[in-house]
Amino acid sequence: MKTLVWVEHDNKSVKDATLATVTAASKLGDVDLLVAGSGAQGVADAAAKIAGAGKVLLADEAAYEHALAENVAPLIVTLMQGYDAVLFPSTTTGKNVAPRVAALLDVMQISDILSVEGPDSFTRPIYAGNAIATVQTSDKKLVITVRGTAFEKAAGEGGSATVETVSGEGDKGLSSFVGSEIAENARPELTSAKVIVSGGRALGNSENFHSIIEPLADKLGAAVGASRAAVDAGYVPNDYQVGQTGKIVAPEVYVAVGISGAIQHLAGMKDSKTIIAINKDEDAPIFQVADIGLVGDLFKIVPELTEKL
Amino acid sequence: MKVLVPVKRVLDYNVKPRVKADGSGIDLANLKMSLNPFDEIAIEEAVRLKEKGTATEVVVVTVGVPKAETDVLLTARAMGADRAILIQSEEEVEPLGVAKLLAKVVEEEAPGLVILGKQAIDDDSNQTGQMLAALLNWPQGTFASKVEADGERVKVTREVDGGLETVDLKLPAIVTTDLRLNEPRYATLPNIMKAKSKPVAKKTVADYGIDVAPRIKTLKVAEPGKRQAGVKVGSVDELVERLKGMGVAK
Ligand SMILES: Cc1cc2nc3c(=O)[nH]c(=O)nc-3n(C[C@H](O)[C@H](O)[C@H](O)COP(=O)(O)OP(=O)(O)OC[C@H]3O[C@@H](n4cnc5c(N)ncnc54)[C@H](O)[C@@H]3O)c2cc1C
Ligand SMILES: Nc1ncnc2c1ncn2[C@@H]1O[C@H](COP(=O)(O)O)[C@@H](O)[C@H]1O
Repeated sequence: MKTLVWVEHDNKSVKDATLATVTAASKLGDVDLLVAGSGAQGVADAAAKIAGAGKVLLADEAAYEHALAENVAPLIVTLMQGYDAVLFPSTTTGKNVAPRVAALLDVMQISDILSVEGPDSFTRPIYAGNAIATVQTSDKKLVITVRGTAFEKAAGEGGSATVETVSGEGDKGLSSFVGSEIAENARPELTSAKVIVSGGRALGNSENFHSIIEPLADKLGAAVGASRAAVDAGYVPNDYQVGQTGKIVAPEVYVAVGISGAIQHLAGMKDSKTIIAINKDEDAPIFQVADIGLVGDLFKIVPELTEKL
Repeated sequence: MKVLVPVKRVLDYNVKPRVKADGSGIDLANLKMSLNPFDEIAIEEAVRLKEKGTATEVVVVTVGVPKAETDVLLTARAMGADRAILIQSEEEVEPLGVAKLLAKVVEEEAPGLVILGKQAIDDDSNQTGQMLAALLNWPQGTFASKVEADGERVKVTREVDGGLETVDLKLPAIVTTDLRLNEPRYATLPNIMKAKSKPVAKKTVADYGIDVAPRIKTLKVAEPGKRQAGVKVGSVDELVERLKGMGVAK
């Protein structure tokens, strides 16, 4: 089977989510990579080093700079004449573009796969990960999004693929990019961090969140996450949210501080290797998944913990 | 401008799903079914556009079981939708099939904006809106946390992995909602009573002459690996020891 992988990038560097997607694709067959962007030659050169890549297709045009689905989907559809499957990481970009490609190809997308069971069968989570479905498709071409935490990352170095230039129809004139607010963050990225400290509604306000959660995260070299309630209340920006409808994470250690453990939150973190929960309610559902629990007031416990580490 | 809101009837988000013993699916018998939470947000946004005078009419549509008329479509009308379309199907229709049916409804209704949820919390597919946009060759503003529409264009602020992004779309367009777009109002009892007189057009999938045969077969549904509850430690010192033991703390 010939597969094409969507390379996630910001026109500067290849994002980690790409690497797990390459691993998933390699279970289906040969892997080529697509870099669609603007001024993205450097990204294509970096992508060519990913272990297992056959070749890199580079579509470099202003219309592809922000990966607008209206513009990149037709490009991929054309390229799919030469491929049996296209795989995207389950990032917000992948989730935006992939279904548009699928519908244009008249196939169902297989969302968020956890494993490849055969050339046409996969497992995927449903009901916020409360059940795992094994599904089989009868579509001739496959359009797949890949859950990053479910596959090993392919090595980012060692490959020596060739870069080939391709072009598409460019700007379809339906949409335009206005701007973005992407926070510069010195911390590790949530989806690739080894340790995560997450805070919930119990933090009470933004100041507490920063003064309680961040020093602990600093001590542990951790990324910072949050529950939906903490994000909704404005303690931290939306991209901190972990859960069914936020980010899916699986670090070595996940520390949940003042988070009750609603199923939608657990959906995003229950594959973490070790879960530590700090909550004043000894019956909080988070303790049912926690490896180590400490019952008590976070405003006492967390500063003391930070101090003693 | 007319706004169309496709909604799905799903297991209520407060109910813990249980896998059937024979592994054929999720047991839904006698459990509370509700509007998909993201679709409530979509209805709310449409109703607010009408209250602001941007929209003239709000139409909701669902592909689903007949029962949807008296539960989720009633709630939708009580929240402010003017009328509803029920496309009956006893079988679950996949997102691609739903998108194709919705494309037909769009042809008939000619809305200026279609607002969907970003994802149905049962299949967690996150694809119907994008597919509908593709079939219609319309622009799409997915995972919206802010929607500003005038008669010609809509500006959509989107929740993306690194933060927020804003796109400008030519109308007609597709929007899918994220959690922070708005806080949906409750359907109050008096409004539910009043909503009963708002019209529901009843159709069947066959009326649209579209092949919605599933492309994906579910071979098996299983429970995920269960985590063992661990231990509770008695003090911060004990927790520090554990963290050191794991090599996380020095
Ligand atoms: C469609 C949908 C999607 C959703 N998606 C997500 C998602 O992706 N991610 C997500 O997180 N949620 C999601 N939710 C929301 C989810 O259902 C919960 O509402 C949310 O996770 C609760 O956040 P919380 O645990 O911070 O707050 P709460 O449930 O209010 O819990 C606060 C906890 O803090 C404890 N506490 C209070 N004070 C202290 C103290 N001083 N010291 C120690 N502990 C204290 C309390 O005992 C309690 O357990 C979603 C909901 C819906 C409907
Ligand atoms: N059966 C259906 N009838 C009407 N709208 C639907 C249906 N299924 C999905 N949708 C819409 O598509 C959105 C995304 O669903 P999904 O792609 O299944 O995750 C939902 O939030 C609804 O707005």
